[in-house]
Order: sequence, then C-alpha cells, then structure tokens
Amino acid sequence: MSVLIYAENADGKFKKSTFEAVSYAKAIAAQNNTSLVALSIGNVANDELAALGKYGADKVLNVSSDQLKAFVNQAYASVIAEAAKKESANVVVLSNSFSGKGLAPRIGVKLNAGVADGAVSLPEQNGGKFTVKKTAFSGKAFAVVELTSDNKVISLTPNSYKVAETAAAGTVEDFKPEVKSSDLKTIIKDIVKATDKVSLPDAEIVVSGGRGLKGPENWGMIEELAGLLGAATACSKPVSDAGWRPHSEHVGQTGIAVSPNLYIAIGISGAIQHLAGISSSKVIVVINKDPEAPFFKVADYGIVGDAFEVVPKLIEAVKSYKASA
Amino acid sequence: MKILVCISNVPDTTTKITFTDNNTQFNTAGVQFILNPYDEIALARAVELADGGKGTVTVINVGEAATEPTIRKALAIGADDAVRVNAKPHDAYFVAYQVAQYVKENVFDLILTGRESIDYNGAKVAGMVGEFLDIPSVSIIKKLDVDGTTATVEREIEGGKEVLTIPFPLVAGTAEGAAEPKIQNMRGIMSARTKPLKVVEPADVKPLSEIISYETPAPRGQVKLVPAGEEGRLVELLHSEARVI
Ligand SMILES: Cc1cc2nc3c(=O)[nH]c(=O)nc-3n(C[C@H](O)[C@H](O)[C@H](O)COP(=O)(O)OP(=O)(O)OC[C@H]3O[C@@H](n4cnc5c(N)ncnc54)[C@H](O)[C@@H]3O)c2cc1C
Ligand SMILES: Nc1ncnc2c1ncn2[C@@H]1O[C@H](COP(=O)(O)O)[C@@H](O)[C@H]1O
Repeated sequence: MSVLIYAENADGKFKKSTFEAVSYAKAIAAQNNTSLVALSIGNVANDELAALGKYGADKVLNVSSDQLKAFVNQAYASVIAEAAKKESANVVVLSNSFSGKGLAPRIGVKLNAGVADGAVSLPEQNGGKFTVKKTAFSGKAFAVVELTSDNKVISLTPNSYKVAETAAAGTVEDFKPEVKSSDLKTIIKDIVKATDKVSLPDAEIVVSGGRGLKGPENWGMIEELAGLLGAATACSKPVSDAGWRPHSEHVGQTGIAVSPNLYIAIGISGAIQHLAGISSSKVIVVINKDPEAPFFKVADYGIVGDAFEVVPKLIEAVKSYKASA
Repeated sequence: MKILVCISNVPDTTTKITFTDNNTQFNTAGVQFILNPYDEIALARAVELADGGKGTVTVINVGEAATEPTIRKALAIGADDAVRVNAKPHDAYFVAYQVAQYVKENVFDLILTGRESIDYNGAKVAGMVGEFLDIPSVSIIKKLDVDGTTATVEREIEGGKEVLTIPFPLVAGTAEGAAEPKIQNMRGIMSARTKPLKVVEPADVKPLSEIISYETPAPRGQVKLVPAGEEGRLVELLHSEARVI
C-alpha cells in the first residue's frame, strides 16, 4: 500500500494548504509504515515539484498535459484514481478547497472508498478502519466519522494541520495517464479572479466588515488594515447583497467558511449564520459599538467602540508595532 | 427538459445542536426540520427553468416517512411530483447511489442539488451522483442558464468565479445567487396535497462511512475587552499572548 496526496497548485505554485495536506498525508503514511506519493496536475516547474519532497513526498508524479491545463473535476478525478491504482494507494488525501470539494466525492466512487470531507485531525486507525474528526452542523459541532471501506479518501480543512518539513527529498517522475474525451465535456469559458489579493479560504488572518461600516466608501481602512497584516478581506452577507463588496468575500453559512488564525470582525453583529462560517477561527477579535452585540460572546478579544475611531487607531498601532518588530 | 432536484431534510439553521447517548446521537427533541436552504435555491431555479411548459420538475429525497412534510413543501413551492426512497440516509455514498439508480431508470437532463447540506456539510452527493452516472458535476453554482441542451453555469472559485458550459445531462450544486427562494402560497399548499408522491424501496448498497460520535467545540473563554483608545494594547496582546501576529 501507499498514501497518495493530490497536490493542488494555483497558477503553477503550491499553496500553503497544499503543504499542510502533504504534511498530513505524510503523517498517515508514517502511521502505516508506508510511502507517500504526491500527484501534481498542470504546469508546475521542476523545483516547485521538488519542494513537495521537503514536506514528506517520497515520490512526485507530474502530469503535465495540454488536455488537463484547465481544472475539470471529472477528468482530474480520473487521473487521481488512476494514479492511486498504479501506486496501490489505499488512502487518497487532498485539500478541502473548492477544487477538492469537486474531486473527493468522484474519487470516492471510483475507488469504492468512504470519504471523510473536511477532516480537522489525523485519523485514528483500528483494524483497517479509520475514524476521522470533521466539522458538522455549520461549525456548531464536530462529527467523528468511521470509514469502513478498504480504500479511503480524506480531504483536509485548510489551516487545521501544521506544515512539517522533513529532511528528505523526493524524486520527480512524469506520469502520462490516459485522458478520455468523455471526461472533458465541461468547457471553461472564462475565469475572473482578483489575483493581487490574499485568497480568503487560505488566509491566516482575515479582516472582515459588516453593515456597521455604513457603505462601500468606508472600506479603505479595512483594506489598509488587511494590507498591513497580510490578511484577506471578508464581509457579512448583507454587505455583499448590497453590492458593497464582491460575493466572493461573503463568509458564513451561505458563503465561505474560513478557519484563519485570526479573524477580526468590524461592525458585524455576530448572527448565528455569520458565526457558522467563522467559528473555527483560532482567535477572534470583535470591534463593535454595541457592547451587547452577540459577537462578543464568541470573541477572544474585543473593543467596544466606533469603528471609524477605533480602526484608524488600530492601523497606527499595527504600524508602530511593525516598525519596532 | 426533465429536471430532478435532490432535497434533504435538515435541522433549522437556528437550532441549538445537542447530543444524547454519550454524544453518539444527535438530539432531535424539539428540533424543527426544514428543506435544506441550498436545495430551496435549486428548487426555485428548477421551477423557473421549467416555467411555461418548458419542462418538468421532480424532487427526490432519500429518507424515512418523517421527511414527508419537507417533500410536500417542495411540491407546494412548485415541483410537479416527488419520489421518496424509503431508507435512512446512511451516508452520501448510499444517498447518491439511490439517486443515481433512480436516474438510470427515469432519464433526466438536469440534476440539481444544493451545494451542501447544512447538517453534515459534506458537499458530496452531487459529485457522487455525477460519478455513478459518469456525467459532469459542478458545484457552488451562482448562476445557471440553459440554452437548448447546454447549461451555462457560473461557479465560485478561490477569489473569483469561473464560467462553464456543459452539455446535458449534468449534476449541478447550487448556492446563493442561482435563484431567490420561492415563497409557497395557499394555492401551492392546496395543490401539493394532490400531487403525486411516490415511495420506492432502496437499492441494495452498503454505506462506506458512519458517524460514530459527536463533539461540541470547546467553549471560548470570556472575551478580553480592551478599552477604545488603547489599540496598541490589543496589538500587544495579539502578539505576545495570542501569538497570531
Ligand atoms: C438562511 C440565512 C442564511 C444567512 N447566511 C448568512 C451568511 O452566510 N453570512 C452572514 O454574514 N449572514 C448571513 N445571514 C444573515 C444574518 O442573519 C445577519 O443578518 C447578518 O450576518 C448581519 O450582518 P451584519 O452583522 O453585517 O449587520 P447587522 O446585523 O446590521 O449588524 C451591524 C453591526 O454593526 C454595529 N455597528 C454599527 N455602527 C457601528 C460603528 N460605527 N462602529 C462599530 N460597530 C458598528 C452594530 O452594533 C451591529 O452589531 C443569513 C440569514 C439567513 C436567514
Ligand atoms: N437524503 C437525501 N436525499 C436526497 N438528496 C440529498 C440527501 N442528502 C443530501 N442530498 C442532496 O445533496 C446535496 C449535498 O448534500 P451533502 O453532500 O450531504 O452536503 C444537498 O443539498 C441535497 O441536494
């Protein structure tokens, strides 16, 4: 047996969430005294591929094919399942990213494997069965799932496992899977991306604004604070509904779920549907002028005050902290 | 155009989540069950697409008899008929297998699901149905249009969106934006009582996963308030105490 990790890249570079998933997969391989094979699909430079070795990949399979330039989950799932069979991998790990969510169920069916989606810790193993903890009820609880099948697929929640470097270096091999045209019926017409920004699902720090900010013209200070902290910006649902911010920034039950190290909520009341998307953040800071705002009940730190006074002072404080660090 | 909408029956958004039997069972006492909010969006879009005789909308649920009020609600919102596969929805694999089995016997052009169910948040059924049927699946769909036998969808991706075209048949998991949920009116509720709801027995397949216990997140400690005007103190705490900057 072996463990296979699908190493997702973004425009030819691996993201931190990929290295987390590689480290996580390495730990599973180590639990089973077996090797870790990483699979990359797309156009990734050799030194970038070799970097996967630093996080524990014993071997890297590189698929670079014109047919697979764009992400089509049906075709990628076939390639990943084929690699798993070739490497006799009975555990497939991937990141629970947008792409990962489209892939894991398809791979599960192809390999007749139980799927643990959104895992937040390493599996416990018991006679061939895995039990894995995952988030459930929109962040209000965890469920411990037992995978009873021989093959297993696990997708890892970003920011829930620490990247671990190893001394070893992996070898890189080309892998040329067969790509069926019936897997390529989905045609990508257009991709619209704000590339200069920190991507929200991967961000370690998120600065988020709500209706308390009154209007889109007041987001300058949110962006400035985020820029200083290397953070992504986010917002509550009414803010994106009103068109003050793009929908891709909306967090919560009906938006994106994030689990950053630090979530700073400014002028957001803390409705249960908002909390559903952010409650697994490690540290929560709330800035709100209403001391009774429900958000303070789940916050670690808070300032009761007017955002239009507090945020500019916070920006100055971060600047002087950075200057002295 | 024949549209199938997969619906799940989930605890209301505002439910307080508790467990019994040593944290092995979800405590359903006093919990109100609703049509999964994303499935409501899928259904609303399906009804819009089928409107004016352009198609029919069937809803399918894998569940025990207790889910019927939710199925009736879907009929009241505008589905033409409903199917209940009479079984406990053990896991996504089991559910998707049942849906796929039904589609193999009753052809559909467009199969819609929600992006995820708000109870187990698996986001798995759509992709699994697609794989069982060997047809495309796409999810987190913010926009869905149909032109002849091709669907054009807008899908959410990290930091942006993607526009895709996919020929029928396909599976799509919808999210906010694909449609506005429809309010059921009196006429809908009345007609829902007489619309066909067929109960079928499940196909024989073994689930591959099982939830064996639950945990509730550790409560956060009391919030530490920093007075306004002392923002420097907050930065200091985030650095030296919380160690996040
Ligand atoms: C099915 C469903 C799904 C939903 N999904 C989501 C979701 O995914 N995400 C989401 O966010 N919401 C969601 N909602 C909406 C949610 O219930 C709340 O309505 C929403 O989160 C409120 O947004 P808000 O906190 O920005 O606005 P408000 O509730 O209006 O709160 C504004 C806050 O700003 C504070 N404030 C005002 N002025 C200032 C100032 N000058 N300085 C500092 N603070 C100030 C106020 O005290 C208040 O607490 C959903 C609702 C439903 C029914
Ligand atoms: N028991 C069920 N019966 C029918 N459809 C379901 C069921 N459970 C989930 N679905 C569909 O699959 C979608 C995704 O669910 P999940 O994979 O559980 O997150 C839901 O939004 C529904 O459309």
